[in-house]
Amino acid sequence: MTAESRNRLIAVGAILVAGAALSWIAFGNIGENLVYYWKPSEMLAQGDKAYGATVRLGGVVVPGSVQWSPEHTSLTFDVADTHQPAAPKVKVSSEVTPPQMFREGIGVVVEGSFASDQVFKTNRLMVNHSNEYRAPGSDGGMPSDWKGSLSQADTTTEK
Amino acid sequence: MNSTLGYGLVLLGLGFAAFAAVVGLVTGMTRRENALPWVQRAVYGFAASMILSNLVMVKALLEHDFSVKYVSQVGSKATPTIFTIVSLWSALEGSILFWGAIMGGYLLAFTLTYRKEHGRYMQLSLGVMAAVATFFAFLIAGPANPWGVVANPLSDGPGPNPLLQNHVLMIIHPPMLYLGYVGMTVPFGIAAGALLRGELGDAWLVPLRKWTLVPWLFLSIGIILGSWWAYAVLGWGGYWAWDPVENASFMPWLTATAFVHSTMVLERKKSLKLWTIALALGSFVLTIIGTFMTRSGVFNSVHSFTQSDIGPTFLAFIAVILVFCVLLLTVRGHLLVAESNLETVVSREGSILVNNLVFVALTFTVLLGTLFPLVTEALQDKKISVGEPYFNTMALPLGLLMLFLMGVGPMLPWGKADPKVLRQQFFIPGGLGILTLLPVVVWRYAAWEPLSGGEKTFGGFVSAMRSGDVMAGITFGLGTFVTVVTLREMFLPAQQRMSEAKESFFTAFVSSASRARRRFGGYVVHLGIVAIILAVAASSAYKIAAERTLKVGETLKVGEYGVRFDGLTNGKEPHREWVAANITVTGPGGEEKRHIGADAPRMNYYERSNDPIGSPMVQEMVWRDVYVSLRTYDGKAQTATFNAWVFPLVGWIWYAIPLLVLGTLISLWPQRKTVATLKSEAPAPNAATGTT
Repeated sequence: MTAESRNRLIAVGAILVAGAALSWIAFGNIGENLVYYWKPSEMLAQGDKAYGATVRLGGVVVPGSVQWSPEHTSLTFDVADTHQPAAPKVKVSSEVTPPQMFREGIGVVVEGSFASDQVFKTNRLMVNHSNEYRAPGSDGGMPSDWKGSLSQADTTTEK
Repeated sequence: MNSTLGYGLVLLGLGFAAFAAVVGLVTGMTRRENALPWVQRAVYGFAASMILSNLVMVKALLEHDFSVKYVSQVGSKATPTIFTIVSLWSALEGSILFWGAIMGGYLLAFTLTYRKEHGRYMQLSLGVMAAVATFFAFLIAGPANPWGVVANPLSDGPGPNPLLQNHVLMIIHPPMLYLGYVGMTVPFGIAAGALLRGELGDAWLVPLRKWTLVPWLFLSIGIILGSWWAYAVLGWGGYWAWDPVENASFMPWLTATAFVHSTMVLERKKSLKLWTIALALGSFVLTIIGTFMTRSGVFNSVHSFTQSDIGPTFLAFIAVILVFCVLLLTVRGHLLVAESNLETVVSREGSILVNNLVFVALTFTVLLGTLFPLVTEALQDKKISVGEPYFNTMALPLGLLMLFLMGVGPMLPWGKADPKVLRQQFFIPGGLGILTLLPVVVWRYAAWEPLSGGEKTFGGFVSAMRSGDVMAGITFGLGTFVTVVTLREMFLPAQQRMSEAKESFFTAFVSSASRARRRFGGYVVHLGIVAIILAVAASSAYKIAAERTLKVGETLKVGEYGVRFDGLTNGKEPHREWVAANITVTGPGGEEKRHIGADAPRMNYYERSNDPIGSPMVQEMVWRDVYVSLRTYDGKAQTATFNAWVFPLVGWIWYAIPLLVLGTLISLWPQRKTVATLKSEAPAPNAATGTT
């Protein structure tokens, strides 16, 4: 074996070792940072395994379950699989103020974790964009939902 | 009418592209070079049909011709004209059509540039590019056809996605990105053509490098503008989230950057041949994978992508290209044997090799994190995603290593380095880099407050430091080191000329820079990249965030700034209505800046979309941005909830764009023949080392 081919062998070996090390670190790192997408029923089916994992819980806000303290600092609501009254649901406690679109019955995704006290704590609350475009001309083009919220605001029209 | 004309042009383009591909490849392989003009004509035909078809679509959009399927999907009479034109690329079918026009533009430019050169690989290169163009023309003609006819057209349409009409950046970001993506077809064609021909002289290396730099620049601009758009429009107070769409554009950028570096070793040392060619081919494959990822809807669900029409077609195309590339490299591998060996890692070529390995390692980790959820879902039917911390923890050390190499590489000579000279050279930049840490530490210490109200001691400060703080400090030190090295490499040759040839500074600077344009341009780009890295480090490690619900007149403190809520206003524009939360931002010195109405954080309500879309207020300053986003408001109670941030240095990310453009243009500027014959592509003597 010439010195040259030995050097090449060493170089290839070093790159292989570095590559293996990188893969090992990367896979380990991925394993620690997995985020699970679950519906309430799927998360409940995991049992104890669901506790502590980072989860994106997707479902609908159960009507009548929203409790919002007057200072708007604490918010709890139930998230259910579907709009069916009997659908499995999970109690969610949010540390963040909900976005403008948040309301009962809307689809949400909350990111956080479930604990053994059966409360899902979240610090990230996302409302599903409906992406539903309304047929043109149905009611003058203005969806009634937000027309209401818009008229609330016109008490102060300064410019 | 528009539909028929537009679709006819697409079919014509498909025919031209297929003709150019078949004739180019067949006559190229059988070495019948007199067929080249026919290939060129077909390429012109393809370019003309594609560009014309796009113009017809713009016309249909402007005329609000709702009998065209695509117009009926994205058009609306309420949309301002500029956004009507832009809606050409606001949805899938239109963006693929636009893609075709850019492909046509690139092929036209490439063919025209080399029309007089009967380079032996030219026919094959054009053939390969035309084959890729055939695929895209087929997509437009079939699975992603925007020209379908609506039988009973409505009088109005929904308008483009509201998010895309929220900001002027949406007008330029997508074309830049597409110019980057599509442009990678050209270097792919050049490399594949040369490999197919089996003649690997030096003739094709210069075009290969230049035609990689062009899409590289567009890709860089596209990525930066995309992050700027996310920052200025989406209102979540960030610019990069390792989203699959972002990763898709970042990966080919990484491999193309690696290529731009390794090609220097290839040209100079005639080594790293196989590696460099693999990078050129790989960058193209990654752009196609990226297009697939962003355009097939595969990230909504692995199982839903087959419902989109283009998913399976794309997957088949990726498979074909991968097989083609592997076959090409296997069959022609013997032509790509290095003619010289690496003597030591402590050399210019050694540092470039290490730089390349780091770039590829980062590409691998990003690819892994991006594809992992897809594979898991496909194999185990579990829906997961890989969290941002994975990407951050992997990218940070690799990024710091890259930054370090950016300083070390330019310092090292080709071949063997003299350790004594190296130590001398390292002293000043290294020392300045370490000295930078001092003001950083002093500043952080001054800004630090003990948590429990205890005594402010330096020991307490050190133990309270977060790893992000430490990393940012290291980044600042390395950034200074790289900047000093780069500036020295840029100005030392001029200084030498000034003392030796007694030239004025200006003459000496210009002539030394134009002697080694590529190197000089590269250093300008390096300065831009350093600015970006420092901006990313500062804006992520030192950002300050605050959130609160305010009544009118109340103030939210964020760092040294105050955000006072002055009440709600509403307003109306042709395509939307909005509710704005007027605010007054108070600076550290008590100076006030009012933001009212359209200039304030607001909630936009689009004509036919149910969901309001917020847009933040960003007060841009050279050293920091104040960013206020309206999360929710209550008109009855007259309250509003704000998210506010202070981001130090964040604007430098986008301010770096001119440096990247300037540097790349300097590198691309044709060398005058006189200079070229004097000392062709070889860089000017490395002034710092005094060796070559």
